[in-house]
Amino acid sequence: MLTSTIAPAFDVEKIREDFPVLKQHIHGKPLVYLDSAATAQKPTAVVDALRHFHEVDCANIHRGVHELSQRSTAAYEETRVKAKHFLNSKTTNELIFVRGTTEGINLVSSSWGRKNVKEGDEVVISAMEHHSNIVPWQMLCEEKGARLRVIPMNDRGELILEEFEKLLNPRTRMVAVAHVSNALGTINPVKEIIAMAHQAGAVTLIDGAQAAPHIKVDVQDLDADFYTLSGHKVVGPTGIGILYGKAELLNAMPPYQGGGDMIKVVTFAKTTYADIPYKFEAGTPNIAGGIGLGAAFDYVNRIGLDKIAAYEHELLLYGTEALSRIPGLRMIGTAREKAAVLSFVMEGIHPHDIGTVLDRQGIAVRTGHHCAQPVMDWFHVTATTRASLAFYNTTAEIDALAAGLGKVKEIFS
Amino acid sequence: MVDDLYQDLILDHSKRPRNCHAMADATRNAEGYNPLCGDKLKLYVKMDGDIVKDVSFVGSGCAISTASASLMTESLKGKTREEALKLLDKFHDLLTTDTPVTKDLGKLVVFCGVRDYPARVKCATLAWHTLKSALNGAAEPVTTETE
Repeated sequence: MLTSTIAPAFDVEKIREDFPVLKQHIHGKPLVYLDSAATAQKPTAVVDALRHFHEVDCANIHRGVHELSQRSTAAYEETRVKAKHFLNSKTTNELIFVRGTTEGINLVSSSWGRKNVKEGDEVVISAMEHHSNIVPWQMLCEEKGARLRVIPMNDRGELILEEFEKLLNPRTRMVAVAHVSNALGTINPVKEIIAMAHQAGAVTLIDGAQAAPHIKVDVQDLDADFYTLSGHKVVGPTGIGILYGKAELLNAMPPYQGGGDMIKVVTFAKTTYADIPYKFEAGTPNIAGGIGLGAAFDYVNRIGLDKIAAYEHELLLYGTEALSRIPGLRMIGTAREKAAVLSFVMEGIHPHDIGTVLDRQGIAVRTGHHCAQPVMDWFHVTATTRASLAFYNTTAEIDALAAGLGKVKEIFS
Repeated sequence: MVDDLYQDLILDHSKRPRNCHAMADATRNAEGYNPLCGDKLKLYVKMDGDIVKDVSFVGSGCAISTASASLMTESLKGKTREEALKLLDKFHDLLTTDTPVTKDLGKLVVFCGVRDYPARVKCATLAWHTLKSALNGAAEPVTTETE
């Protein structure tokens, strides 16, 4: 057993008290939840905010003059202010509520992309993208006759910036990359990538789905043109996320969807659109989700992303060490800059069998291609087993995973 | 317990799959794909009139899908097309319903534990979906998502 070097300031047992879901047993064993990269568990504060909205403040927003509508509007819009602090955007009107990262990317590829990408232009993504940051750009390129280009990676699962440099040219319109890879855990040098893209005159979009829960994000410092995240990965509810875009870009973009709430004046002859961000927010949004996301930002801020990042890094080192002692186990993704994701394969044992055996021991991991099939192809595997850690996980849970993998080997070898 | 799923016969067939090779003189073949996990399987069938004379497969998959393909190939030889399709239905019922286990499934009853693992049913049925497509002569690869 390793000696824990985790800073005493981080009281994980106290934090776990905030997550009632973690207290249950699965198949008679204590739940060990190691699938936070798929979705994070929700603290009581978020559940309470959702309950309070539904029990006390429920009304549609931006419309009624009545008290409940005022309250729900204020609570919903307050999340935009919290998101401004969370991402350090210049203003709140650069923050658009979306369903999640996928919708954020689709909004940009549809609205900005259709207007700005022409035949023969190029869109650059990376070899480690989630399908959500591949398919929308592929669709755009197909529609426009543009070319999709891919930044390659090395054996560790790190992007090769020299190759990226070679891809950039005057036809490069967009560079869209993940801040953190969901399948590998790699933390990409996005500030450098953005600067290189800007040098070539391209616009940038950063898929922050896996970064936002673990790293302090500063969109102004990064100089990102677009940055998008999913609320449910930041301990918030599902179905809500944020798209950040620089005001000058958003102002020049056509609406994404038409409907109520995104207009100034509607006549049958002509409609005048609302200003940003409302121009991009047609229809009644996920009000409860937005309010819940505000509670999630508050919760994460109370603990502090610096502390979270430091603690999770300790977990990553502990987990990497523990798994490396298992014969026949190969880590997929060994980047030098890495978030707390342990993706691996075991010789002769399929990830689905690993996942099933672990599940019967109460251990929840993700198995499969993680919506990143090109990453699997690159590493010549069809699937991996992924244990993704969050600040509510413990070293004891990593020990349980290692023991569980021992049982897997017992059955299959 | 998890041992109910991974019975010795299943582990044996997953480690040493039978009829796991391509077949040059197959009269029909089909490809199966499970988009949820990326598992792929190619099935070769040699028909002699209405009789399944030989079956083989190649592909990568989990213990359940490999063992299922292997045991399927063993159980099909000598059956008519209609008998093979009937067996498919019975096998499907074994995995997805509470119907009592019937004798005519032979060794295939070893998969009855899959009932308790709904997430794994598609692993066990991939080879059988592919069989259906081979016997029906479908041109497109069949996926587990088109049930």
